[in-house]
Amino acid sequence: MQLLYFAWVRERIGTGEETLSLPGEVTTVGQLLDWLAARGEQYAAALDQRSHIRVAVNQTYVGTDHPVSDGDEVAIFPPVTGG
Amino acid sequence: MIVKVQAEDFDAAAEIRTLIGGRTDVGAVVTFTGLMRGGEGATLTLEHYAGMSEKELTTIAEEAAHRWPLTDLLIIHRHGTLNPGDQIVLVATLAAHRGDAFAAAEFLMDWLKTRAPFWKKEEAGGKTPGEAKWVEARADDEKAAERWEEKE
Repeated sequence: MQLLYFAWVRERIGTGEETLSLPGEVTTVGQLLDWLAARGEQYAAALDQRSHIRVAVNQTYVGTDHPVSDGDEVAIFPPVTGG
Repeated sequence: MIVKVQAEDFDAAAEIRTLIGGRTDVGAVVTFTGLMRGGEGATLTLEHYAGMSEKELTTIAEEAAHRWPLTDLLIIHRHGTLNPGDQIVLVATLAAHRGDAFAAAEFLMDWLKTRAPFWKKEEAGGKTPGEAKWVEARADDEKAAERWEEKE
């Protein structure tokens, strides 16, 4: 899976993108966030406030119930502040 | 319909002339330009999700075209590092009548602010420059965007 991080999520995790293989039990966005948060302190710091986390799968906004699989591009970022 | 995400500055008058393109069925042009505010030495860095930013702005533009009888519309959003007074965003709507053009322009900005994947980081500058800070999303912007949900 191609993972992209933006803004302070990117800074806290320490990279803007990475490719990871999902374990079989991770099948939804919510499970993906839990799995990532358990990968280390930096991930936990980036993802602990779930209400401030937005997720897009293949460049479309999704909720935590949305399915994910290894072929997806998943972006994780804070609420947007453009305009 | 024109949607552009770019680092370069834009010339609003030239962009609008191109958009009108000599047609004579346009009775109203509404434009909004967002500028960077700030004191001397301040900087604003706009990060975006290349690919999704263009896609999401196009979705927002299509939604406006679906809701109002517009002749055409345009969105330009910049990314990169900006200084006080620099232009950030341009929205223009063309319609036969001003009511539709005004409403659609306001809708575009309200939705863009809460949906388009851009993030602002600001550094205040001045005599005691501090650490750059990510701008926090505002509840007011969410409220402004929500009022359009009821009109569907």
